[in-house]
Parts: sequence; C-alpha cells; structure tokens
Amino acid sequence: MARFEPVLLRGIGQLDLTDIENYKQLGGFAALEKALREMTPEAVQGEVSASNLRGRGGAGFPTGKKWSFLPKDGRPRYLVCNCDEAEPGTFKDHLLLEQAPFQIIEGLLISAYAINAAQIFMYIRGEFLEGFRIFKRALDAARLQGYLGKRILGTDFSMDIVVHRGAGAYICGEETAMLESIEGKRGEPRLKPPFPANAGLYGMPTVVNNVETVSCVPHIIERGAQWFASIGPEKCPGPKIISVSGHVVRPGNYEVPMGIPARELIEEYAGGLFPGRRLKAIQPGGGSSAAIFEEDLDTGIDFDSLAAKRTMLGSGGFVVMDDTTCMVRASQTLTRFFEHESCGQCTPCREGGQWVARMVSRLEAGEGNESDLRVLSTINDTITGTNLCPLGDSIMPFLSSVLRRFPEEFADHVREAGCPFRVGVAASMAS
Amino acid sequence: MTPERERRASELVARYPESQSALIPFLQFCQAHDGYVTQQAIHDAAEIAGITPGEAESIASFYTLLFKEPVGKHKIQVCRTLSCMLRGADELQQHVRQRLGLGNGESSPDGRFYYEEVECLAACDRAPCLQHNLEFHYDVTPEDFDRLLDEWRASDPGVSMPAE
Repeated sequence: MARFEPVLLRGIGQLDLTDIENYKQLGGFAALEKALREMTPEAVQGEVSASNLRGRGGAGFPTGKKWSFLPKDGRPRYLVCNCDEAEPGTFKDHLLLEQAPFQIIEGLLISAYAINAAQIFMYIRGEFLEGFRIFKRALDAARLQGYLGKRILGTDFSMDIVVHRGAGAYICGEETAMLESIEGKRGEPRLKPPFPANAGLYGMPTVVNNVETVSCVPHIIERGAQWFASIGPEKCPGPKIISVSGHVVRPGNYEVPMGIPARELIEEYAGGLFPGRRLKAIQPGGGSSAAIFEEDLDTGIDFDSLAAKRTMLGSGGFVVMDDTTCMVRASQTLTRFFEHESCGQCTPCREGGQWVARMVSRLEAGEGNESDLRVLSTINDTITGTNLCPLGDSIMPFLSSVLRRFPEEFADHVREAGCPFRVGVAASMAS
Repeated sequence: MTPERERRASELVARYPESQSALIPFLQFCQAHDGYVTQQAIHDAAEIAGITPGEAESIASFYTLLFKEPVGKHKIQVCRTLSCMLRGADELQQHVRQRLGLGNGESSPDGRFYYEEVECLAACDRAPCLQHNLEFHYDVTPEDFDRLLDEWRASDPGVSMPAE
C-alpha cells in the first residue's frame, strides 16, 4: 500500500529540522515570503478559509472562520499558540515542537500577518522543557536571519513571539484557561461568551490556535487551498497526525490523509496488534473520547465520521486496547486523571469527578458493590453538559461507552470481589 | 529581593503587556535556585504583580510544577495514565517505589530523591516514560531504571527544576 506523502512530518527522522538551514533547504520560509510579498492579509485569510482547515487541538472549529470573528475596532489583537498538549494518548505537538520548530514559527508569522496581530504568545507545556529550549533557540536563529523582529524580510511587517512556559496544569490547554494562565492567574476557564475573539488575552481580541493547526498554514499558502481541500473528506480535509499508542506493534505519530479507516491506521501504519491478540476497544480522540470497537474499524478517522459514531477525533490521540485489557482498570486511570486535573470551579466536575473516580477505583480493588454500578450507569446525565468547560464533559464518555459494551466485566469485579484481569494485565505488561 | 532577582523581575515584567504575567515565570526562576517556592518568593512575586501574597500563593498552588515545600533534589516523575499503563507503567512504578523506598509524593529523608506518579507526559509511543528533573526517559524498563538510578546517586543535580 502506498503511504501518504507526509506534509507536516516531512523530513523528520532524516534531517535535523531544528537547524534553520535544513528547514530552508526543504523549502522552509518560502510561504512566509510569498505571504508577505505577494499577498494581502485578507488574501491569506481567504486562502486559509477556502482550505477548510479545521482546528487540530480538539474542537475541529474552522480556522478561517475563527480568524474572521475578530472585531475590526482598532484594539490590539493577540495570537496565542496552544502547545500545552496533555490530552491522554496525544503526543504530536510534542514532536512538532522538538523536531519542527521552524514550521511552527513560520505558521505563526503567516497567521499573525493574516489577522493583523500585535503580538504572538507561544504557550508551552511546563513538562516540555527540552522543547521549550529548542523553540527558544529556533527563535534566535530566525531572528538572526531576519524572519522575526522588526521589518521582517525587509517588509513593513514586524512581529515577535513571547514564549510562556506552563507550570503543570492540563486545564490550561482549554483556551480561556490558557489566557488566564498567561495573565498570571489560576488556570480556571472563563464563562463564554464573551469569546476570546472579543475579549481574550488582557481583554483584547484574541485567537488561540493549536500547534498542528498553525503548522498547516505555510503549506496551505505555498501549495494553495485547493490542494489542501482535496485531501480527505470535503468538510474536514487535510493531512492529520494521529498519535497511536497502546497495544500495537509500532506505536508512533503517523501522518495520514484525514478520513482513512481506523483499520488501515492500525494495520498498515502501526503494524497491527500483537500476535494472537484481539481488539477490544479504541479511544480514537484522546482520554476525553468515547470508545469505538471492532465493528467500527471501517470508520473514517476524521471529525465528522467519528462524531457520527458518538465519539470524536479530538486531539488525535488514538489508544488501542487489546483483549488483555481490563476496562475497569482503563477507566480507573482516566477517571483519576480527570479528578486530578479538574480546576474545581464547577461542582459536577469537582465533586462528581471525584466520586466517579472513587467508585471505579473501588470496583477495581474488589470493594465495589451493585449500587456503584447503578450510579455509574446513570450519573452521565448529571455530570455531562453541566460544566463551564469541556473537562467536566470528558469524565464520562469513555467510562459510559465501555460500561455499556462490557457490563458483565464491571459486574464480575463486584461478584468476584476483585479484578479478573490481574493475570491479563500482568501479561500485557510483560509484552 | 536580591539584585539578581530584581533584574529578572524587571526583564519579565517588560516582556508582557501586564505585570501579573511575570508572576509564574518569576516563581519558576526562584524555584530553580531555592528548590521550591519559598514564602519570600511568594512575597516578592506578589509585589511584582501588584497583588496580595495570599493571592500569589493561591495562584502558585494551582500549578503542579511549583512545589510548595522542599522536595528531594532528584525529582522522578513516572507517568501513570492509560497509554503507559497499557505498556508496563504499573510494573515500573512498583519497581521505582521499591528501589527508592518512597511512596507517591514522598521525598527521601536525606533530601536527595523525590518520587511522584504523574499524569500523561505526552510520550505515549515510548511508554512507559518518566521525567527526571524534567528530562524525559522513554521506554523505561526496570533494568533501565536501575542504571539511571546509579547515575543519579553518583551525581548532584544542582539546579534541579530549571526555569529555562
């Protein structure tokens, strides 16, 4: 089978793309030149809109449309780049940051030009210290060659990038929490509206774009919206990096055309399952997404096809679980994650998340009872949809989906007063 | 405030449209030297941001990479979330706890080691993974850990939570 010709990951693994000369040798900064010398900001924005690029951070909102919401009222506008990747099972931005920093810089500069931003803020997850250092060095190299700072490439366009290191909080990946965090506050999401386009960073009109999203921009400018729009499904086209982890032979980041079947991703790219194992469940869009199962393997990996299966593409964290996996144990790690990461503002998330995590842990420890099972199967309605931000709504999807699919497995934990998978878990660890 | 900290504070304040944005980077800078966020650092940060020390403390307490009390110099943070769990994190954690003689969130009495089980580190294709003073180690087997531990035991990490 012919592999998709990588766009965002091109050269990674063969060339050191943290070296500006190597990046330029691959055609780097040609799109910036083209945008600044040959295109108006409106034309750049039009091209991105026409490409149908949808945000790669999780929500899949059309990028051009997001940009178009900025009011034309003369206030300074800010562009914030979200590199706070922490969605369980997602590790693509980590790779782009450490191995393709100039692509991010070029994408940010073109985007800032398109929206007439006053400044760019790059928010990098605190744990990505190495990536932070690589990015800072890349900024220095870009500045030395006139790609950053005053009068970029001799044009009237001046721009700088402020790098802000996070300090450990998953919730800061939510765009309004990120703005609070840059402002030096607790990373608590804001009530929307107002949306960041109207009242964002320091109360000014702000766009927050994900690392992978901005990395697409130079390619759209260089090769044209039509080229981008022709890859994959019409309504959510383009190349997409999927982070594949869990029980596959070759876990890794794979760049694929949006919409390829889940089966192809697992078998052709990730080397398939381990010999003798059967697929049990997949989380297709990070820890927040509901599971899909064997019968869904022909589903396309894209925003709309997965939404039709009542789950999501999300951030593209694709976690594969084979038949040695205990669904209660898997649910335990994820509910504990959300319990730990809740900012505590909304009661259903703060309290509900805590109780759910406790009940699942109890089941896994063999101390659960029938009433826990009843509560877990009905609590979705009171937790989901009752919070300020998507974190609270992320607690239940996976748990509910596997509880519906494998009710007997949860019941066995009560009946046997323990985890029947202990042996299975040990076997999966040894592999 | 020491002259060095004053210098850093003014650099940070100049970097942002509003001075409170300097709060977290300033605390990170102080922590790199002090090993944790001291009360003095909280007071200095509050002054820079123009807020009360209580507010500064509340903000600092929100972030897991800002330590509120002294912790061991070698900070070992092992991922515990789903993808690592599927590829041996339980076994690794058990081994690390036993080798260090520490539970989750504990520091050794001699102040050399700190152990924590943390949430997804975004390195799920090379699971199980851990960070040592924010440096990644991937695909870590118990044997790999023993080798790393020997190295760490023989070294003094100095600035163990670098700010930059």
